[in-house]
Amino acid sequence: MKELICIVCPKGCRLKVDEEHGFAVAGNTCPRGEEYGKAELQNPARVLTSIVRIEGAPGRCCPVKTDRAVPKKEIFRVMETLKGITLQAPVKTGDVVCQNACGTGASWIATKDMKKAE
Amino acid sequence: MRREYDVIVVGGGPAGLAAACSAKEAGAKEVLVIERDKEAGGILNQCIHNGFGLHYFKEELTGPEYAGRFIRKASKLGVSVLLDTMVLAVEEGRVTACNARDGLLVFTGGAVVLAMGCRERTRGAVAIPGDRPAGIFTAGTAQRYINMEGWMVGRRVVILGSGDIGLIMARRMTLEGAKVLACIELMPYCNGLNRNIVQCLDDYGIPLYLSHTITNVEGLHRVERITAAKVGTDRKPVPGTEMYFDCDTLLLSVGLIPENELTRQADIPLDAVTKGAVVYENMETQKAGVFSCGNVVHVHDLVDFVTAESQRAGTAAAAYAGGKRCPEGGKVISVQRGAHTTYTVPQAVRLENMADKVEISFRVNQIFGDSEIQVRDKKKLLCRFTRSHMAPGEMEHITVPRALLQRAEGDEIRVSAVEKEAGK
Amino acid sequence: MYDVLIIGCGIVGAAAAYELSKYKLSVCVCERYNDVANGCTKANTAILHAGFDCPVGSLEARLNLRGIQLAQEICEKLDVERVPMPTFIIAYDNSHELEYIQELYRRGVANGVKGLRVVDREEALKLEPGLNPDIKAALYAPGSAIVNPWEYCIAMAETAVKNGADIKLDSEVTAIEKKDGYFRVTASTGVYEARFVVNAAGGWSAQVYEMVGGTGLAQTNFAGQYYILDKNQGEKIHSIIFPCPDEHGFKGICVTPTVHGNLLVGPDCYQAADGDHVGTDPATLENLKEAGRRSVPDIDFSQVIHEYAGVRPNTQVPDFVIGQASKCPGFINLAGIKSPGLSSAPAIAEELKKILEDCGLAAEKKEQFTDRRRRIIFRRLSDEEKAEIIRANPLYGRIICRCETVTEGEIVEALRRPIVPRTIDGVKRRCNAGMGRCQGGFCGPRVHEILARELGIGPEEVLMDEQGTFLLTSPIKEEAAYEKGI
Repeated sequence: MKELICIVCPKGCRLKVDEEHGFAVAGNTCPRGEEYGKAELQNPARVLTSIVRIEGAPGRCCPVKTDRAVPKKEIFRVMETLKGITLQAPVKTGDVVCQNACGTGASWIATKDMKKAE
Repeated sequence: MRREYDVIVVGGGPAGLAAACSAKEAGAKEVLVIERDKEAGGILNQCIHNGFGLHYFKEELTGPEYAGRFIRKASKLGVSVLLDTMVLAVEEGRVTACNARDGLLVFTGGAVVLAMGCRERTRGAVAIPGDRPAGIFTAGTAQRYINMEGWMVGRRVVILGSGDIGLIMARRMTLEGAKVLACIELMPYCNGLNRNIVQCLDDYGIPLYLSHTITNVEGLHRVERITAAKVGTDRKPVPGTEMYFDCDTLLLSVGLIPENELTRQADIPLDAVTKGAVVYENMETQKAGVFSCGNVVHVHDLVDFVTAESQRAGTAAAAYAGGKRCPEGGKVISVQRGAHTTYTVPQAVRLENMADKVEISFRVNQIFGDSEIQVRDKKKLLCRFTRSHMAPGEMEHITVPRALLQRAEGDEIRVSAVEKEAGK
Repeated sequence: MYDVLIIGCGIVGAAAAYELSKYKLSVCVCERYNDVANGCTKANTAILHAGFDCPVGSLEARLNLRGIQLAQEICEKLDVERVPMPTFIIAYDNSHELEYIQELYRRGVANGVKGLRVVDREEALKLEPGLNPDIKAALYAPGSAIVNPWEYCIAMAETAVKNGADIKLDSEVTAIEKKDGYFRVTASTGVYEARFVVNAAGGWSAQVYEMVGGTGLAQTNFAGQYYILDKNQGEKIHSIIFPCPDEHGFKGICVTPTVHGNLLVGPDCYQAADGDHVGTDPATLENLKEAGRRSVPDIDFSQVIHEYAGVRPNTQVPDFVIGQASKCPGFINLAGIKSPGLSSAPAIAEELKKILEDCGLAAEKKEQFTDRRRRIIFRRLSDEEKAEIIRANPLYGRIICRCETVTEGEIVEALRRPIVPRTIDGVKRRCNAGMGRCQGGFCGPRVHEILARELGIGPEEVLMDEQGTFLLTSPIKEEAAYEKGI
């Protein structure tokens, strides 16, 4: 039996996950908590956020995130994929910045509308 | 440029945007948001991490995404947003501002909403001893340099305070190649959310030292070494427990303070605990027609709650601008903090003016397991709410029906937190 | 070959340069830091003392009185914040303290201080209602003032440069060679020659004196710590308040408003090893609170926005050490300028001028001397003036520091003055940006950006303060950064 704090929402439910019985989750208050509990012990993954350089916009950086959680062990490799990328304004929220990072299936996408500088 | 508005909102962060949208939706014709920065969205623009919006949008968004939704909504509703403009003074129905394009601007408004947000406590405010080298940043300032300017501010980092921004920055700097050596918290509990301890510290093996403080900063030009020590129950360092960290950076995440200089100038009474304006059930301050919402009233843990509170303020501001006034002479119930709560918002409820229920927000001063929140008048228990967990880092909310408040004897109620007795 | 080379551009060096720049002399100032006013001048109590407590007949007594007279005129001409403010030395009901204020009164009268009075409790409280009501009596001295110490220094240094003086920043003097009728001064930026050398090196004066073989001067610097509180505390009193000295003769912890409207509490007093780098410690700060509340009970220390420590450049000599070095003609010491050094600075400069004349340096007044300086301080303008200045220069419409309402126009103007600040703290000292309750949390990155843009340097080159105080380490996600192996 493994005890975890759920991170899917700010509530921070205390989960108990039974590795010996099919990763049964107790202590969760929503279905997403159950999903998290199961995944966290078998294949932990996180959504990553960072920035990339952008030219032609009022700001210098465009915030980005992975469109799905990436395996924890791949975090630093996935971070590396952003190096050297420079976007050109305009960029829209959701635009793909880097596809299928490190073969994880996760793509980096922009999280902000970056208009062209006037 | 138009100079007369129904509702003028000071601040274009999440609070101001939500208030403006709701004012418009509630029928205010002309709504103006005045924002000091070059873009709307406030601090959310630099909070590039995810975790926002689970309550309000039922999905997990990053800060810029959350802000973006309200920026687009405001634009669609026809809210006027004046950027890169600083408000210099607020008086009843009159707002003075300036910017580079239009010079000095005087606006008149049927109602004013104050949504200026908060600022971070600094080294000075917490009196960290030692040298005064470069390399000491508040977590938010570091966040701006890293996420908005694209520059790292250090390579080996110690964080003082376990507020959420500090925890978020521990992960952020680690992901960009820095080594975060420790997060040090004076209190015996973490001030941030539990999920952030897990996903920001534990994920990267960053130790959290509770009941510790920094006793010395060394460095002639840039931070070179930090000394931390355990504190006793008196929160004073215990000699002999010192730990030394060779580092070049100290980040401070030691609390936020509502930014109420304009409020103070306008002679609007402030609450000594929240450091924000004293407000009624509809977020109206003690000055009629001036409303306040978001972190400028009290520091929130989640932006979703800022949004909800600001929507109430915006709706009420629109009603005021439309001529609705609180009936005079009605009963006003003062909402007081009781055992183990540190404050309440609102601080007073006007029964004649309230809807069929009122939401009361507050914080507790210690960690609670199975417990309940009790609302009492001078003589009796009016209602109770059970909780399985409460912590000082998390804001609590209760919704109290009007019918219950009408039953209160006297003109005061008290909100307390109590541990549930075993077996009950 | 310069006529005069001044070592150090704190308040004493700046006053000396300002005074000498009135004459047909070539003057050079070597400053070890990257800005002026960066040593003792930036961390002190910011008071122009009335002059009653200097020993009778001392240089200090004479120069203090003359200095504050000159300060009034200089601050007016050069646009330096100076606010006349009375001083109270408060005495509790014990014979030691009551006798002490009488003694101070007699000393002050002997020094020629005007307007001194010993007042009883009632009158004291009427004049300054913020005082501790438990006092018995007080010495009342109306002749003092508070001043912006770094602005005072910057204003005099800038005016000297405007009138032809050279300033060499980043120029630590490492050797002084006495030649036939002149000196060769080696500094980190070059070798300079001058007929006369003036030692205004503050906490390092003894070390500089040793460079010309001087002996018998020992630096015995004392440090002191301070609290700065927010403006809602600065409003609480309208006087400079000192307790009676303790048994060691130490002046005691002062409570005073600052010209920016904050409240200052400090300093204490202890020996410091370094000439200008000193830290703070919790025990000392705790004592400050107690001492502060003893003078003004209503101080709310939850409103602290900053703490700092400063150094008093003492030597083993009880008085100022001013004069030509006996063994080294042409080398003039302005050393040991501890309190009341800020008060005395322009009088010390006059003294220097006389000494140089006695040494045979003929000095004729310049026909053209620019002796006026004006700054635009946005927050002090009326609404009409604000509208007007933004029309003339839109940069005045953009507020950079929201705590102190400092505009981009003021910052850019400061960057175009005769002595260009190249650091965030340099801008802070000139414009007040970052001096407020958020301590630069919001405006720091914005001032940073303006500095880089206006000076045409990379963001990583912008420093917080003196050399080595870098803020940024490496750009994020730039290919170049990875290639460089940062």
